[in-house]
Amino acid sequence: MIGWIRSLGASATSFVEGLGQLTVFGGEITASLVKPPSRFGFFLRALYDAGVLSVALIALSGFTVGMVLGLQLYTTLSRFGAEEGLGAVVGLSLVRELGPVVCGLLVTGRAGSAVTAEIGSMKATEQLDGLRMMAINPIHFVAMPRALALTVAMPLLNALFIVFAIAGAFVIGVSNQGLDGGVYISGLESAVRFADDVGQSLLKSLVFGMLLGLVATYKGYSCSPDAAGVARATTSTVVTASVAILLSDYIITALWGV
Amino acid sequence: MQSNASRDLVVGLFVLVGLGALAYLSLQIGGLEFGSQEKVVLRATFDDIGGLSARAPVRVAGVKIGQVSGIALDEDLRATVSMEIETGLDLSIDSSAAIRTAGLLGDQFIAVELGAEDESLQDGEEFSFTESALSIDKLVGRLVHDAGVSN
Repeated sequence: MIGWIRSLGASATSFVEGLGQLTVFGGEITASLVKPPSRFGFFLRALYDAGVLSVALIALSGFTVGMVLGLQLYTTLSRFGAEEGLGAVVGLSLVRELGPVVCGLLVTGRAGSAVTAEIGSMKATEQLDGLRMMAINPIHFVAMPRALALTVAMPLLNALFIVFAIAGAFVIGVSNQGLDGGVYISGLESAVRFADDVGQSLLKSLVFGMLLGLVATYKGYSCSPDAAGVARATTSTVVTASVAILLSDYIITALWGV
Repeated sequence: MQSNASRDLVVGLFVLVGLGALAYLSLQIGGLEFGSQEKVVLRATFDDIGGLSARAPVRVAGVKIGQVSGIALDEDLRATVSMEIETGLDLSIDSSAAIRTAGLLGDQFIAVELGAEDESLQDGEEFSFTESALSIDKLVGRLVHDAGVSN
């Protein structure tokens, strides 16, 4: 019994410790954003890895999600004779929730895990120590460009995801099921407002990008320097970032007001 | 730190396409407008606005010409609805505003029916003729009541 309570206390302490280390790490990344040199070349390479290479996945998933939404909602709405509501329902659900969250989870799996694995293997092969030997701060040199790239890539990928999903729902709702295209688009445009919906979507994807950038670089930077440690850190990135995205999604939605 | 020209080009393209998608969502879908586009504000007072809400469309002959921008209660406890209308439309001053429903259960909107006068409504003016929302509850209630009386 005592042992059980002790292990509970130990895991609670290590959780709070980890949270504190994550915060300190986030502070160091933020501080190194403004420190010269700018590491712009590294940022571009990281943006290529996180953003450009994710475009195909995001476009395909977005289109598929849109097609499914179009099919499901059209059949359900047509039972009530409300097919013309398709654009509004598709637009609002995509812009407000599905776009940022699904895109966030996809980028976590596609790019966040890769960042952790890369930094983790740098640590396992003592490259980070090598940088320190040369008086180069590895947070500034390795972590900061990648975290920034994930933060920048997320809103852009989110917008792409939503546009492709809107097109996917158009293909099913209009071309396949025979809803009028103008009805779909005008329903979409009159339901979605910038201040209420697109702004919220942007804020969410930006926050998700920051969370993912922070978690992915931290997990790689703090992993235990061996093959098993890198594997654990990569898994932990996907789990932690996914939970953080879903939790913060609820918090932002609640604070923003529905 | 070698820079790779073709990779940088692809990254640039990615950023442009992403920003383009963002702009499409904000401007076209989200209806974000920069600067103040010229709008005429007209008002109308109704006894009962039913389920009319802000941002409900204002239509002439079924075509959307503006939207409801605000709903307030005036000192006579009647509902004053203000609406933003596109400029350049000559709505004659004896036009009437009616609250209609799209379909049986659809959203409510304001239908403007044009009058015959030559003079047109100016910014800030009020519709002199209005027609309140038709409430299905009331209609059914009246029908049931009438049926009860006639029996």
